[in-house]
Amino acid sequence: MGSKLIALLVIVLGVIAIAQLVRVYELSNKLRNRGEHEISSRDNFVNARLMFIFMVALFASFIYLMFRFGWTGRGEAASVHGKGMDWLMDLNLIIIIAVFFLTNSLLFLFAYKYVKRPGVAAFYYPHNNKLELLWTVVPACVLAVIIILGLKSWNDTTNTAKDDSIRVELFSKQFDWTARYAGDDNKLGRFDYKLTTDNNELALMTTNTIDSAIYAMENGASGIKALEAKLNDRTIMLIPEDRQKMEDDLSRKTRLIRLLHQMRARHNDKIDAMAWDDIIQKDTLYLCVNKEYEFNFRSKDVIHSAFFPYFRAQMNTVPGMTTRFKFTPDVTTADMRERVKNDKFNYSLLCNKICGGAHYKMKMIVVVLSETEYKSWMTAKKKQTFRDTYFASAAAPAVQAPVAADTLAVKVDTLAVAKK
Amino acid sequence: MAAVAHEAHGHHDSHGHHDAHGHHEENFVSKYIFSQDHKMISKQFLLTAIFMGIVAMLLSILFRVQLAWPGESSNFLSFFLGEEWAPGGVLKEDMYLGLVTIHGTIMVFFLLTGGLSGTFSNLLIPLQLGARDMASGFLNMLSYWMFFLSSILMLVSLFVESGPAMAGWTVYPPLSALPQAVSGSGLGMTLWLFSMAIFIASSLIGSLNYIVTVLNLRTTGMKMTRMPLTIWAFFITAILGVLSFPVLLSAALLLIMDRMAGTSFYLSDIIVGGEMLTNHGGSPILYQHLFWFLGHPEVYIVLLPALGLSSEIISTNSRKPIFGYRAMIGSMLAIGFLSFIVWAHHMFVTGMNPFLGSVFVFTTLLIAIPSAVKVFNYLTTLWKGSIVFTPAMLFAVGLVSTFITGGVTGIILADAALDIAVHDTYFVVAHFHVVMGLSAVFGMFAGVYHWFPKMYGRMMNNRLGYVHFWLTIISGYGVFLPMHFVGIAGAPRRYYDYSVYGDFDADTFVMIMDLNMIITVFAILGSIAQGIFLFNFFYSIYRGTVAPQNPWNSNTLEWTTPVEHVHGNWPGELPTVHRWPYDYSKPGSDVDFIPQTVALAEGEEEH
Repeated sequence: MGSKLIALLVIVLGVIAIAQLVRVYELSNKLRNRGEHEISSRDNFVNARLMFIFMVALFASFIYLMFRFGWTGRGEAASVHGKGMDWLMDLNLIIIIAVFFLTNSLLFLFAYKYVKRPGVAAFYYPHNNKLELLWTVVPACVLAVIIILGLKSWNDTTNTAKDDSIRVELFSKQFDWTARYAGDDNKLGRFDYKLTTDNNELALMTTNTIDSAIYAMENGASGIKALEAKLNDRTIMLIPEDRQKMEDDLSRKTRLIRLLHQMRARHNDKIDAMAWDDIIQKDTLYLCVNKEYEFNFRSKDVIHSAFFPYFRAQMNTVPGMTTRFKFTPDVTTADMRERVKNDKFNYSLLCNKICGGAHYKMKMIVVVLSETEYKSWMTAKKKQTFRDTYFASAAAPAVQAPVAADTLAVKVDTLAVAKK
Repeated sequence: MAAVAHEAHGHHDSHGHHDAHGHHEENFVSKYIFSQDHKMISKQFLLTAIFMGIVAMLLSILFRVQLAWPGESSNFLSFFLGEEWAPGGVLKEDMYLGLVTIHGTIMVFFLLTGGLSGTFSNLLIPLQLGARDMASGFLNMLSYWMFFLSSILMLVSLFVESGPAMAGWTVYPPLSALPQAVSGSGLGMTLWLFSMAIFIASSLIGSLNYIVTVLNLRTTGMKMTRMPLTIWAFFITAILGVLSFPVLLSAALLLIMDRMAGTSFYLSDIIVGGEMLTNHGGSPILYQHLFWFLGHPEVYIVLLPALGLSSEIISTNSRKPIFGYRAMIGSMLAIGFLSFIVWAHHMFVTGMNPFLGSVFVFTTLLIAIPSAVKVFNYLTTLWKGSIVFTPAMLFAVGLVSTFITGGVTGIILADAALDIAVHDTYFVVAHFHVVMGLSAVFGMFAGVYHWFPKMYGRMMNNRLGYVHFWLTIISGYGVFLPMHFVGIAGAPRRYYDYSVYGDFDADTFVMIMDLNMIITVFAILGSIAQGIFLFNFFYSIYRGTVAPQNPWNSNTLEWTTPVEHVHGNWPGELPTVHRWPYDYSKPGSDVDFIPQTVALAEGEEEH
């Protein structure tokens, strides 16, 4: 409290002091019979000189920052298209830094040089069409070069991936990433958000997952039947808000279950295999050097953005649609560690679109392996395809199993209600 | 034309006396509160905007403290945010996003749109055109009071229990549509949307009024090609506003419906907080298209008035005509037109079709041409001038410098291929802050210093103005120059802290931390400098030396009105205009300025 009082006191005294100074200044002006609108030539010259000094300081600090930090964090691009992009970035930086220096110098030097001097009149110079044409045409030509090179690089980066490029899906939710490799067939299994259950977080579509999603929605702990039972049970007292919430939940689920049944009826079980051989990978994304990857991005809740700073790659993940970005990593993590002389260095995948409180923590480490390392990693990983993990998870060995688990859950639920 | 102006004037209810001295009979409420006089409304806009600006600046200091010293307890934070939002003096993650969001919203809309355009369009359009008042004084008053109401709603949203809107100033759905996703998307977001809806209505009413006034109430001889560049800037700004703000309103209304009526304009296939939503078929990208269809012209709604003000100030204080008057108008028109076909450059990496991206690269980079023309014209205006460094002139020069610096980095961001690497990083933040946070704000300061004598009949203190300018430009560059380097290193914006880098890239982490500290120190210095401005402003309103009628020896019509404000602006006949407003240091004249009301001399050519 004491410090706050002192701070307040300092502010008040400061304001009074400034007010007094201003008073003195005004009185002295009055004595000299000079109005506030007449700028003395001393003031003019001081400001003109400050313009010059400021320019020097601005340029000096820019140059210092450029040499000290200009390359930190960017490093060398670790992807094929990234190298071309860096070249273009450097070219553009050179152009804009040149323009920055040229025009700022002219500005501050003119401000310095053409300060009002007694007896020197300004030069009446309203227009000159040739000059104006010059600084319309020259920027236009420079921009034409920038546009052409930029579009070429943009087209190369965004055109469709080769057929044999490796398909990987990146699934985002508040606040983490999950990767899904397409498996042996290099085809990512289909998905539908309505199929999300505890043991199918990515909502992949197979006959089994549809069935168990239907089952969970009908018979699960807070499934349709449980909700109906609770709402119709006259022995339970519900506060109106809870009742409203449950009714909303029920109406939502009745709508969803209709859609699930339709999905089941239309489902073609030939596509099941596409999903069963997919490999789900959390925490770390492993990539193989010099292989083209096509990433498919998905979001469960809000917009995120998959940002790979070192690969010069970025794409938003948008709920309700799939977005894509392709790139070829061309420097392994081991090589990059040597280059940056930091044996703890890692590539990363960051979230770069505001997505909620813990947005800043949403990252995934990316490791680029040599081809042999990648192959051996992949071989081990292939023992844990979606089929394996799905059926291995205790809750759902088969469609029948969740029945038991779920009835149990319902029982526990009723028990809890009875206790109330 | 004068007859038309007179007639329009006669129809005003409040001007029913026909007598310019009618204002003596006004009571307190109609003079100071529900005033229909454009000069008073302009001051109301300015004061409201200054207050909103202080709030938004304070918010930025709060989150800058967190960025520079993450996780450290601060009395400053706990003083303003209390235990609720800064337990133990450490900012909460959610509130960090809330501060960022409201800072951006207030600065862009309330300070730089409402404040800049509202203040100076209102003050200068009638005065520089030779009109008695705005075309509709009543609508003008309505415009201000809606602005006031929306400001109040926005401020109230800071105090609701679940916090203010937290989805960033662009409030992209689904984050902004789902209270389950972030707490600020509850009541805070509702208030944000209602506040903005009212703000948009206010801005539309204002803009329509400006357009009608410019087109219809110019005095005799005030041809469009004799209008000061300020008026051209306000005119084009108003047209941009009328064409683009309704689109933002539609974006906001659809969002309101998604939040309250269960529609699915922006929502599809979402599971949030364990809840599976039934919305299907909407597209969050639709919102972004609608938002940026306003959002990009908005940048020029912010910037053009600042450029207009500085054109006037630079010409007056260089004692030279503005170089290339017609080219200046042409480039403003070109910027205005192009601003409507560039919006998707904010969306290169949203998953939009890449071909569409290429089209927007092309149109966006075209804007650099008229911008370059403007810069070179400013430089040539200074060349061989006889420069008087009033505080307004300093700020105008500062504006040109920051306009260049902020402009060139736009070239990187407009280039889709390069944008991939810097999109949504601090490079973007630095870019638009140099353009809007420095350039446009400098334009606003320049305007305040230059036209303060017209607004309050007194002079601001020059010395304090000098100190204010130099501290402001030093801290402005001190904040945003290093920020470019944080951005080019790839540091994402809207991060609560950068501890995540510690795990995989220690070098970059150290650099980000170092620079963030420097940035915050300069930001604090900059905000203290604004204290000097505030002191000068309020002190001068009451105690400043009384202004002469034409303190800067300027040519435009506002300086032919008496220092003491009168209703209807000119006590007698409206002035007649004979020449353009930039006859400074014209050869063959004894004085270095010839006001627009002076008839052409025998054999004298109009510029």
